[in-house]
Amino acid sequence: MFILAMIAVLVALSLAVFRALAGPNVFDRLLAANFIGTLAIMLLAVLGFLNGRPEFLDVGLVYAFLNITGTYAVLKFFRYGALGGEAPPNEEDENRKGFSGVHKT
Amino acid sequence: MSEALINTVLLSLLACITIGIVRTRNLFGVVVLSGIYSLLIASVMMVLDAVDVAMTEASVGAGMSTVLLLGTLYLTKGHEMKAFKPPLLPLFVAIGVGAMLVYGTIDLPPFGAADQPVNQHVGPDYLARSKPETGIPNVVTSVLASYRGFDTLGETTVVFTAGIGILMLLRRRRKKDDTLREGEK
Repeated sequence: MFILAMIAVLVALSLAVFRALAGPNVFDRLLAANFIGTLAIMLLAVLGFLNGRPEFLDVGLVYAFLNITGTYAVLKFFRYGALGGEAPPNEEDENRKGFSGVHKT
Repeated sequence: MSEALINTVLLSLLACITIGIVRTRNLFGVVVLSGIYSLLIASVMMVLDAVDVAMTEASVGAGMSTVLLLGTLYLTKGHEMKAFKPPLLPLFVAIGVGAMLVYGTIDLPPFGAADQPVNQHVGPDYLARSKPETGIPNVVTSVLASYRGFDTLGETTVVFTAGIGILMLLRRRRKKDDTLREGEK
C-alpha cells in the first residue's frame, strides 16, 4: 500500500516538475515549487512508513514551515522588491524594469 | 528495490531541472528552478537516510539562497544575455570532467559495504559508544552536536557571519530613495 502511495507521489512530482519547466508564467513555476515542497513532505512521510521507521515525521514539520516561509519571501520580494523595511513607492525605477519582463517568461 | 526506483525517478527529474536551468533565459525562473532543484536533492538525501544533510540542503538551498539570489536579481537585470558564440570549450571540459568522475566511481566499493575501511575505522566505535554516552538516538546527530560540538559551533558562526555580510551588501539603499522622494516634491 505504501509502495502505491510512493508511486503516486513520484508521479505527482514528475507532473509538478513538468509544470515548473514548461512555465509559461513565472507564477506557474512558483506554484510548482510550492507544490514540490509539499510533495517532499509527503515523500518523507511515506518513505518513513515504507522503511518501517517513521521517526523522521518531525522533519516534515520543519519542511512545511520552510516551504511557507520561502514562498512568502519570494512573493513579498516579487511584490515589493525588498524583504525588509517598508514598501517602496510605486515608481517604476530602473531596477524594477527587469521584473516587468517576468510575465513573458 | 523501492529505494532504487525512488532514486532513479528523483535523479531523472534533477537532470530535467538542470537542463531547464541551462535553457531558461528569464533569471527569476532560474531562481525558482534552482529552489526546486534543492528540494529534490534534499529528497534524495532523505532517501539516502542523511536527514541532517537534507535539512541543511532544504533550508540553505531552497530557503536562504533563493532569497539571496532574488536580492541579487533586484540589483541586476532580469534576463540573461545571449552568448556571443556557443560555449563549446566549456561544454567539452565539463563533459570530460564528468566522464572522469564517473570513471572514478567505478572503482568505489558498493554502497554501505561493511568490510571497507570507511566503515571499519572509527564507525563501529561511534556506533557502540554514542547511545550510552550521549543518549541521542541518531548517531550522526550525536557526532555533529556532541563529539564535534565545537567544530559545529565554529561552522555555525562562520555561516551566520557570512549571512550578515551578504544581507548588509544587498540591503536597499534607503538614503538614496529618500533624497529622490524629496527631489520629486
